[in-house]
Amino acid sequence: MSLRTVLDAADIDRAIIRISHEIVEANHGTENLLLLGIPTRGVFLAKRIANSIKKNYPDFDVEESLGRLDVTMFRDDLSAKPNREVTPTEIPVGSLDEKTVVLVDDVLFSGRTIRAALDAIVSYGRPKAVRLAVLVDRGHRELPIRADYVGKNLPTSVTERINVHLTETDEEQSVVIEQ
Amino acid sequence: MSHYLIKNAQLADGTVVDIEINDQMIVQVGSNLSSTGELIDASGLIALSGLVDLHTHLREPGFEGSETILTGSKAAAKGGFTSVHAMANTAPVADNAAVVEQVFALGKKAGYVQVQPIGAVTVNLEGSQLSDMGKMNKSSATVTVFSDDGKCVSDSLVMRRALEYVKSFEGVIAQHAQDPALTVNAQMNEGELSMKLGLTGWPQVAEQAIIARDVLLAEEVDSRLHICHVSTAGSVDIIRWAKARGIKVTAEVTPHHLLLTEDLASEYDPLYKVNPPLRTQKDVEALRLAVADGTIDIIATDHAPHPEDSKDCEWGEAAFGMLGLETAAAIAQTTLIETGLIDWKRFQEVLSSNPARIGKLSDQGQELTPGSYANIVLIDPKAKQVIDREGESKSNNNPYAGMELNGAVKHTIYKGTLTVRDGKVLELGENN
Amino acid sequence: MRHLLSINDLSKQEAIDLLNLSAQMQEVNKRDVKKLPALNGRTVVNLFFEDSTRTRFSFELAAKRLSADVVNFTAKGSSVSKGESLKDTIGTLEAMGVDALIVRHHHSGAALTIANAPWSTSAVINAGDGTHEHPTQGLLDSLTIRQRLNGLDQGDLSGVRVLIVGDILHSRVARSNALLLRKLGAKVSYCGPSTLVPSASLGLVDEIYYDFDQALAQNFDVVMMLRIQAERMNSAFIPNAKEYSQLFGLTDSRFDSLSSKTLVMHPGPMNRGLEISSKAADSAQSTILEQVANGVAVRMAVLYRLLAQEGKA
Repeated sequence: MSLRTVLDAADIDRAIIRISHEIVEANHGTENLLLLGIPTRGVFLAKRIANSIKKNYPDFDVEESLGRLDVTMFRDDLSAKPNREVTPTEIPVGSLDEKTVVLVDDVLFSGRTIRAALDAIVSYGRPKAVRLAVLVDRGHRELPIRADYVGKNLPTSVTERINVHLTETDEEQSVVIEQ
Repeated sequence: MSHYLIKNAQLADGTVVDIEINDQMIVQVGSNLSSTGELIDASGLIALSGLVDLHTHLREPGFEGSETILTGSKAAAKGGFTSVHAMANTAPVADNAAVVEQVFALGKKAGYVQVQPIGAVTVNLEGSQLSDMGKMNKSSATVTVFSDDGKCVSDSLVMRRALEYVKSFEGVIAQHAQDPALTVNAQMNEGELSMKLGLTGWPQVAEQAIIARDVLLAEEVDSRLHICHVSTAGSVDIIRWAKARGIKVTAEVTPHHLLLTEDLASEYDPLYKVNPPLRTQKDVEALRLAVADGTIDIIATDHAPHPEDSKDCEWGEAAFGMLGLETAAAIAQTTLIETGLIDWKRFQEVLSSNPARIGKLSDQGQELTPGSYANIVLIDPKAKQVIDREGESKSNNNPYAGMELNGAVKHTIYKGTLTVRDGKVLELGENN
Repeated sequence: MRHLLSINDLSKQEAIDLLNLSAQMQEVNKRDVKKLPALNGRTVVNLFFEDSTRTRFSFELAAKRLSADVVNFTAKGSSVSKGESLKDTIGTLEAMGVDALIVRHHHSGAALTIANAPWSTSAVINAGDGTHEHPTQGLLDSLTIRQRLNGLDQGDLSGVRVLIVGDILHSRVARSNALLLRKLGAKVSYCGPSTLVPSASLGLVDEIYYDFDQALAQNFDVVMMLRIQAERMNSAFIPNAKEYSQLFGLTDSRFDSLSSKTLVMHPGPMNRGLEISSKAADSAQSTILEQVANGVAVRMAVLYRLLAQEGKA
C-alpha cells in the first residue's frame, strides 16, 4: 500500500475560497442561495464554503443558507451495503422552492450519491436550480452527472482509494490517494 | 412353538439366573440351565416382567391417520410393553360392548401385546349419562378400567354414581382430573411463564380440586379410584393424605411429567403442548419422589399420537399430547434409577406389576417364576440412546427427539413370542 | 435483525437506534411529499387473522411511504379443522413473491411460529399476537414518551416512571411496553384489579398496585390507560363497568390530581367514560393522537430496518 498526498491543508483552504467565489459569481450574488452538505464530510465543507462567502459578503445569512441532506434512504444500493446510519436532514427555510441549491460533497465518483440527492431534493420541493460543488472529482462516472464547482480534478484508477481528511473529523487536513 | 433359554439375566432383585420358556410359559428359572431351546444371551441385561401401560391412546377406531392398533402395538413392544390399556376416546367412543370387543379382537390379531380396552364412564364422553359399563365388563374384553380421559367426569353426582356402579364388578374409575370451568381455553401451566408468553394458564388447582373431591367420593362409597397423569406437587400431597386415610386410590404419572418442564413452551413449539401441561421443576421433583415413596403407584405413558398437521401450526390451534410408549422405560431409568431414587424392583412395580394389578390383568406383571406367563422385557441398563424422531408409531410428535437417555430395551417377549430382538420389532411369523 | 417478533429480539442499543430512525421518519411524514423510494420493488403483506383497522392502516401507510407494494390479506378464524392451515395460507402468499409478512393473530406466538417454520422464508413483523406482544406499539409509546418528556430525539428513558393501568393479563401492549421501557431504563408499574394483574406479572415489572389512588400518589411521569373489554365482565374478572370505572378509571377528579407534567397515554381505541374520561383524553397532557402519528413513523423505521438494510430475504 502506498500513500500519496495530492492536496495539503493549504491547498484545501484555497480550493474552498475559490469555490465560494465561483458560486457567488455564477449566482450573481448571494440571494436565494442554499448550500446543502451531504453527510459526513460534505456537511463540513458546505459550512466552510458558507463561512468563506460570509467573509466577503457580510449580508449573507449563514444560518438561513446552510443545511444538510441525508440521502441514505434514497440510495439504490441499500441492500448491497446494509446498515448505513440514517442522519437528520436539515433544511433551514421551510421550502426549497425558488432557491438555488448547491449540493456539497467531498468526492465525486460514480455519481450515485448525487443521483440519490437529486431524488431527495425533489421530495422537499422544487428549487430554481441545483448545482454541485465537490472537493475532488476522481472520474469513473456511472451516471450522466457532472460537478459545477470542483476543488481538484484527480485522474485515478478504479482500484485506488481517495481519502479526504478534514480537521472537523480527522487529525490532519489533506487529500490522499491510497494504492 | 417357541422355546427359548435366556442365559445370565439379572432379575429385579439382583440375582442372575437362566430362564427357560416353553410355549407361552416360563418353565424353569435357575442357574446353569441347559435346554434345546434357542439361546438368548442376556449377560449384562435386566430381566423384568413385561411392562404394562394403563394409559395408551391407540386411536383406532376413528383416527387411524394418527395410529392404529397394529402400529401402536408395535410401538408398545419396542418400548418393552407386553400389555397396553387402550383409552376410550376413539370414534366411535368405546362406551359400549361392541366397540371394546372390536378393539380387543384387533389387539389379539396384531399379536404384539395384550390390548386391554378401557371403557368410557359416560356415553360419548359427555359426562352426563353412564355408559354400558356392566355390559362392557361382561363382554369378551372384560373391561374393568373406565375413563372419560381427555375429559374430566366433572359432575359430582355422575362421578359418585360411577364409582358406586363399578364397585359390584370390582371396576375402577380412572379420572382425568381437570375442572373444566377453571381451564377454559387453557394452554399451559399457569404462572410467570404463561403470563410472559400470553398463553392462557392451566392452574394447578384445577387438577387438585378434582382429586380432592374424588378421593372424598371414593371414601364415601368405598370404591376404587385411579388418578390419571398426576402433574403437580399439590396433587401428590392430596393423594398421600388420602392413602394415609385408607382411601382406595391409586395414581399414575407420565414419563413426560417426570422429565420435562414448562420452559419448553417458551418458543411456542406445539410439540410440548400436552394436557395436563408440563409443570415446573419443583413439580417434577415432587412427582419423582412420590414414585419412590409409593404415593404414586405407576408410570403410565399417556401415549398420544397426532398427525403432523395438528402440531405444525399455531400453539393455540395445536392438539394436546405427545408420544410415550417407545421411550417410557428409558425415561424412567434416567429420571428415577440413575438419580438413585428407586431400584429395579420398584421399577418393575411401577411399570409392570402395579398397573397389571390396577387393571386386573392376571396374566401380566407376574413374578418371573416357573408357571408364570412368559411376558418378559430385557433391558440393557448401560446403553445410551439418542432418540430418533421417527419410531414404530405412525405419528412423529416425539418431544424427546435428539435427547440422550439411559438404558434401552433389547428384547421383548409377549406370552412366549419374541416381539423385539436387539431393539428391532420383529414381523410376527418371522420367528415362530 | 431479520424479524421483529418480540421486544426481546432487540438489544437496548438496537431499540434506541430504531427510535432514532423513527424520529427521521417523523420528519418525512411532515414533508409535502411523504414518500421515500427505499423499499421500491418490495412486497409487503398485511396478514391479519384478527380485525384491527387502525394497526393495518398504520402499517399500510408506513409501507406505502417507503414505496413498497402492500397487499392486505384478512383471514378470520383460520383453524386446521375449519379451513386452511397457517402453513397453507403462508405458502400460498409466499408463492406469489412476498418479502415481508406483517402478522396480526389471535393466538399468542403465531408470528414466532411463522418465523421459525421451515415453510416460511419472509421477514416477519409481529403486529400483535394474542395476549402476548405488540412490539411496534411498545416502540411508538417509547418514542412518544422520549419526545414529550425529554424533548429529545436520542437517548434512553433512564429515570422515567411509568404506570400502566387496566387489564394487564390480556394486554399485549402492557407486555411489550414493560419489556421495552425497562430495557430503556424506565421503572414500570402495573395497576389494576388482582384478577387482571395476577401476581405472576411481577416477573414483568418493578411494582404492582391494586389501588389506583395509592399508585397515583406516587407521581408517575406517565400514566398509560388500557382498554377494558366488555367480555371481561362475563368471565368474572370484574363485577361490572361502573365499579371498574370508579376503581380503575382515569376519571376527571383523578386526572385533576395529576401533576401538569404527567403524560396521559392510551393505545386506543378508547372507551370514553369507562377507563378514561374525555377531559383526560382531550387534555394537553394526553398524547393519544401523537401515539397514532408516531405509529406510522415507527413502522416505517421497522420496515426500513428489516427490508432495506438486511438485503433481500
